[in-house]
Amino acid sequence: MSMSVASEQRQFTTLMRFFHWLTAAMVLTMLGIGVAMVASLADYHRLVSIHRPLGILILIVVVIRFVNRHYSALPPFPTTMSPRERSVASASELFLYALLVVQPLVGWGMLSAARYPIVLYGSIHLFPILPQSVMLYAVLRRAHTVLAYLLFLTFLAHFGAVLFHTWVMRDGTFSRMAPWKVRAQ
Amino acid sequence: MADTRHFGRLAGTAIVVLGVAGAFLYLGGWFNPTALTPARFADGFERVDGIYSGFRRNHAKGVGVSGFFQSNGQGTHLSKAVVFQAGRVPVIGRFSFGGGDPYVADAPNLVRGLGLLFRQPDGEEWRTAMINLTVFPFKTPQAFFDNLIASQPDPQTHKADPQKMEAFLARHPETVQAMKIIQSHSVSSGFDNSAYYGLIAFWFVDASGTSIPVRWSMVPLQPFVAADAVAAQGDKNYLFDALIASIVQHPLQWHLMITVGQPGDVTDDASIPWPDGREQVDVGTLTLDHVESEETSPARDINFDPLVLPAGMAPSNDPLLSARSAVYSQSFTRRAGEKKLPSAVTPSDVRK
Repeated sequence: MSMSVASEQRQFTTLMRFFHWLTAAMVLTMLGIGVAMVASLADYHRLVSIHRPLGILILIVVVIRFVNRHYSALPPFPTTMSPRERSVASASELFLYALLVVQPLVGWGMLSAARYPIVLYGSIHLFPILPQSVMLYAVLRRAHTVLAYLLFLTFLAHFGAVLFHTWVMRDGTFSRMAPWKVRAQ
Repeated sequence: MADTRHFGRLAGTAIVVLGVAGAFLYLGGWFNPTALTPARFADGFERVDGIYSGFRRNHAKGVGVSGFFQSNGQGTHLSKAVVFQAGRVPVIGRFSFGGGDPYVADAPNLVRGLGLLFRQPDGEEWRTAMINLTVFPFKTPQAFFDNLIASQPDPQTHKADPQKMEAFLARHPETVQAMKIIQSHSVSSGFDNSAYYGLIAFWFVDASGTSIPVRWSMVPLQPFVAADAVAAQGDKNYLFDALIASIVQHPLQWHLMITVGQPGDVTDDASIPWPDGREQVDVGTLTLDHVESEETSPARDINFDPLVLPAGMAPSNDPLLSARSAVYSQSFTRRAGEKKLPSAVTPSDVRK
């Protein structure tokens, strides 16, 4: 997927790093809200009212981010990463993108199939993207849970791998995506 | 030495990752196995009433209805909701009995429910689920749940354990008080001549952004006949059959009455009535002119979630609201994926 690799480039572009941390904040918030709201009576409504518009916002941001990634120059992998590790990293990145696009669509789709009004804010609401069917709703509702746990596990793997590289192997993996500018050593 | 440091960092990585996973599970309530959750609430209904595939976990027995709401425009002074602008919006509804048994024998003392969905021309909806009690017997979701569990019939006697009920009432004087108010009203003979109450307070927001607390009810145009003036019948569906006969004869109508609260009126306790003499505004007439079995009615697949509100209506701080929304959703999700068993009131019952 990489367009060109600038040999002196150590970090992802500023815009890519911005999108990364924006997505990270939104997705972690979303996972927390999601798992809390299904177990809550008192906060269910408040949380679900944030969950819906935030999900759509994530969908929009991830699509823009993916397009931006396609047109951005990427820094090389750390030399400590084996070819196998590199292909695992690339595949998991693609998998995360896929989850982040599919999960909001499943959420939107399941509300459509249940014919819930898909309220974003006030009187602003989305159109249904699927025909009404409670059976379809039931399948998508279950898929939404499965995908959420998968998303969380994928995040944990990604987070753990970066921690391992940065902290244990000391290869500066984190600085590639650090929110601040890191000068080449 | 280097090995120790290496191992320490490796362990640190594992601890941080596990910590993040633990925080996630904590948020999901995994470390609080006794807290009342939407799933445990639905489990409670299933434990007491049994599981009937494809049916609501509460208010399981019902029929679908449809018609329209003719607004007289008076409601626009209270709320900017489109449904209150003079004119007509289509309505889908469902009459039901409280409880999780979809084949329960009709009886006047069962709680009657009316769920309604008003569809505004702009695509927004107003959903409300009302019952024929003038106040709600419980203040909190936990009290409702505790009463449900206390009312579980004993497998031997098929009756609730009176000691458990007594213990519940001793802990909940507000329920005793509410029951007195409920019993001071005589029950009507059928679904058609019954009033239905929204019970919970909401906020209405007008075009200028001003909010006022309100409660609402549907007051029947059909004349009141006391239930004890009519002999009960042996047929298990006799009250639904009477509703069907009545609606086929002539459309049934209710006035939608908005009770306007004043500063200081409770908005977080549906077990307490507002003082007498609060302003009542008749905002229009509900007409129900069509009835069908759940098997053919779109009402079967509607979740009458009381927090589906159009702009111009907002939830109050009543703890029952969010809990109802959560538990209705849980019930809807469970039944959505189940095979649909035939309803007690079948399509042929409606045609005859």
